[in-house]
Amino acid sequence: MPESQAVTAAAAAVPLSWYLMLSAVLFTIGVVGVLIKRNPIVIFMCIELMLNSVNVTFIAFARYLGDTGGLMFTIFVMAVAAAEVAVGLGILISIFRSRENINVDEINIMQG
Amino acid sequence: MDAIFGSEIWKQLFVYSVTDPAHHIEVWAHVVRSLLRIGIGLGFILTIVPGLIWLERRLLSWMQGRLGPNRVGWQGLAQPIADGIKLFFKEDIIPTNVDRSLYILAPGVALAPVLMSVAVLPWNGSPDWGAVAPGLNIGILFLLAIASIEVYGVILAGWSSNNKYSLLGGLRASSQVISYELGMGLSIIAVLLMTGTLATQSIVGEQGIIGDPINIGNTAYTVYPHSLNSGFWHWHFLAFFPFGLVAAVVYLISMVAETNRARLALREADTEVEAGFHTEYSSMKFAMFFMGEYANMLIVSAIAITLFFGGWLAPWGALSQIPASAGAYLPAWLINTLNMAVIAPFWFGIKLFLLICFFIWLRATLPRLRYDMLMKFGWKGILPIGLVNVVLIALSMALQQSFGRLRGHLMAVAVGLGICFVLFVIKMATYRKRRLDTETTTISPIRREPAALPVPARRTREV
Amino acid sequence: MPPTSPGVTGEMILFIIFGAAAIATALVMVLQTNPVRSALFLVLNLFCVAVLYLLLNAWFLAAVQVLVYTGAIMVLFLFVIMLLNLGTPDREADRLRPQQPIAVLSGLVLALIIGGVVLSPLPNPSPTLRDDRLGTVEAIGRNLFDPAQPWLFPFEVTSILLLIAVIGSVVLAKRRL
Repeated sequence: MPESQAVTAAAAAVPLSWYLMLSAVLFTIGVVGVLIKRNPIVIFMCIELMLNSVNVTFIAFARYLGDTGGLMFTIFVMAVAAAEVAVGLGILISIFRSRENINVDEINIMQG
Repeated sequence: MDAIFGSEIWKQLFVYSVTDPAHHIEVWAHVVRSLLRIGIGLGFILTIVPGLIWLERRLLSWMQGRLGPNRVGWQGLAQPIADGIKLFFKEDIIPTNVDRSLYILAPGVALAPVLMSVAVLPWNGSPDWGAVAPGLNIGILFLLAIASIEVYGVILAGWSSNNKYSLLGGLRASSQVISYELGMGLSIIAVLLMTGTLATQSIVGEQGIIGDPINIGNTAYTVYPHSLNSGFWHWHFLAFFPFGLVAAVVYLISMVAETNRARLALREADTEVEAGFHTEYSSMKFAMFFMGEYANMLIVSAIAITLFFGGWLAPWGALSQIPASAGAYLPAWLINTLNMAVIAPFWFGIKLFLLICFFIWLRATLPRLRYDMLMKFGWKGILPIGLVNVVLIALSMALQQSFGRLRGHLMAVAVGLGICFVLFVIKMATYRKRRLDTETTTISPIRREPAALPVPARRTREV
Repeated sequence: MPPTSPGVTGEMILFIIFGAAAIATALVMVLQTNPVRSALFLVLNLFCVAVLYLLLNAWFLAAVQVLVYTGAIMVLFLFVIMLLNLGTPDREADRLRPQQPIAVLSGLVLALIIGGVVLSPLPNPSPTLRDDRLGTVEAIGRNLFDPAQPWLFPFEVTSILLLIAVIGSVVLAKRRL
C-alpha cells in the first residue's frame, strides 16, 4: 500500500480515543454489574465483560501504536479468562451441591 | 493475505469517505457484487437441501429394500416440496409454559450459523467469484468459530421448551457437539500445518499445484498454471501419507458427530429422549431445525472436500479445465467462464454427492452408540489420535528439514508406529483387568454417575 | 501528501453501530434478572466486540473471540445455569438492596475517572503508525513464537495454567473421583 494512501486512511479514521471511551463504558458497566448482582454466575459474566473491555483497549493500542504487545496480551487474557471460568464454575457447582443455593448473600460461611 | 490489504474492500472501509461522491460507483459495485455472491452461495444451499432430503429418503429406502417416496412428481422428487408446503400450513403450536421469546428464537439461531459458514467455501478458483468471501484470511478459523456457535440453537431449544426430554436431549446434543469439535479442530490444525495458510482458497489451490503456494490475490485468474500436472495424489488426505489420511478420517468421524447424524446421534433417540430438543417444535419451526440439520450436512461435507479432497479440483489436473487447444475454436472469455462456472463446480458437486451418500450409507449401516460410549469415543479415541497426529506431522516437517524429505518423513512414520506399538502392548497387558472393571461396575452410566446428568428443569423454589 | 478530507469512512459508521450495540447489550445484560437472557446478551455483546476487533484489523483475535468466548466460555455458562436450574429469576428478598444506588454511583465515579484519564493529553499516537498487517495470523504467530520476543515463556506458562484449570475444575465439580 503506498504511503499517501496510508496517510489519507489515517486522517479519516476513527480516533483512538473513541475506542478507549467505548472500552471505559463497557468496563464501568461490568463493574456496576459485579456490584449490584447477587447471582455469582452473572457476576462472573460481568467480570468477562470487564476483561473484554480491557481487550478492546489492548487491541486498539496495538493497532494505533503499531505494536504487537497488545495482541499478545489479549491472547493471554483470553486464556486466563477460560481458566478462570472453568475453575469458578466448578466451585459454584460444588457450592450448589452442598447448599442448594448460590446466592452470594447466603454464602457467608467463611466470614469470621 | 494481500487479497485484503490494499484491495477494494480495504479501501472502501478505511480510505474512502462515504460523503465523497467520487467513489460511490465503486462502492456500490462492490456491494452489488457481494450481494450476488451471497445470493449464489445461499441459493445453492437452499435449493440443494430439498434434493438432499429426497436423496436421503430414496437411497435409504433402497438400502433397506423399500421404495421410499415415489408418488409426488417424477420418482417422488417433488416430495420435499410437498412436505415443505404441508409444514408451512400446519398449525404452529407453542406450548404454554415455554420461554416464549427464546423458544421462537431458537430455530433461527440453529439455522443462521449454518448458512453463514457458506461464506468461505470456494466453489471455483476465481478470486472474485470463487466464494462468498474468497479472500478472507482467517477462512478456516471463521468456519471453526461459526461451528462453535451452532450449539446455541440446540441449547436454547432444549431449555426454552420447558420439557425434561427436551432439556436432556439439548444438553446431550450440545455436549456431543462440543466434544467432537475438538477432534474437528485438531484435524483442521493438521491441514494448517501442511499448508501454512488459513485462507480456504489457498488451501484448495495448494492441493492443485506443485511447488510453492501461489498468491491468490493479485492474479487475474484463469486456471492455476501448474494444476495440469497435479491430481488426487496431491490432495491432503494423501499428504504426509499416513498422517493426512488419519486427519481426514478423524475429520470424517467428527463431522458425523458434529452434525448429530444418525449413528453418532444423540439428540434424537426415540427410546431415550423422544425427539430430543425439538420435541416441542412443530410446523415451520420444526422445518427450520430440519433444514438446518441437512444444510449442516452439506456444509461439513464441503469443508471436508475443501480441506482434504481437493475442493473444486478434478482428480486429474487435466480434467479441471477445458484443454488449451480449444482456444483455437472458442473465445478466451468463454473458456474462462466455462472453467469457472461449469467445470469447477461440477467436480465440487461430484465430491459433495459422494460424501453425502457416505453419510446416508453410515445411517443405514451402523447402530447408534450409547451416550457414554459416544463421549468416551470422542474424548479417549478421537481427541488423542488427532493430537498425536498433529504432533507427528510437525515432527515429520521438522525431520524433513534436517534429514531430507523421504528419510525425515519415514522417521516420523517410524515414531508413529512405535507409539502405536507401545499402546498396543499396554492395552494387551491391561486387557483382562479393564474388562473385569467394566463388568463389576454397573453398565448404565446413569446408575453409575448421577451427577453426569442434569437435575430436572424448573423446580419451583420453595419460598 | 494529498490534502485529506476528514470525511466519514465506512469504518466510522461500523464503529458507531457496533459500539452502540455493544454498550446496549452490556446494559441489558446487567439489567436482566433472568440469568439465561443475561448470558445471551453477553454473547451478543461479545459478537459486537469481535466486529470491533475486525475493524481494528485484528483478524485472528476476532475469530478467537468468537471461538473461545462465545463458543466455549458462554456455552459453559449456559450449561451451568441450566444444570443448577437458575433459569428462573430470583425473587428472594435482597438484603443488600441499599448497595445498589451506591454501586451505580461508584460506577459513575469510576467512569469519570477513566474518562478523565482517556481524555487527558496522553502522548497521542501518530496516526501514520497504524499497521494494518499486525493482526493477521502470520504476524501474531511470528511474534508469539519468536525467541527474541518476551512472549514465548508466558505462552508456555499459559498452557500449564490451562492444564491446572482443567484438573482443578474436574476435582471441584466431580462428586466422587
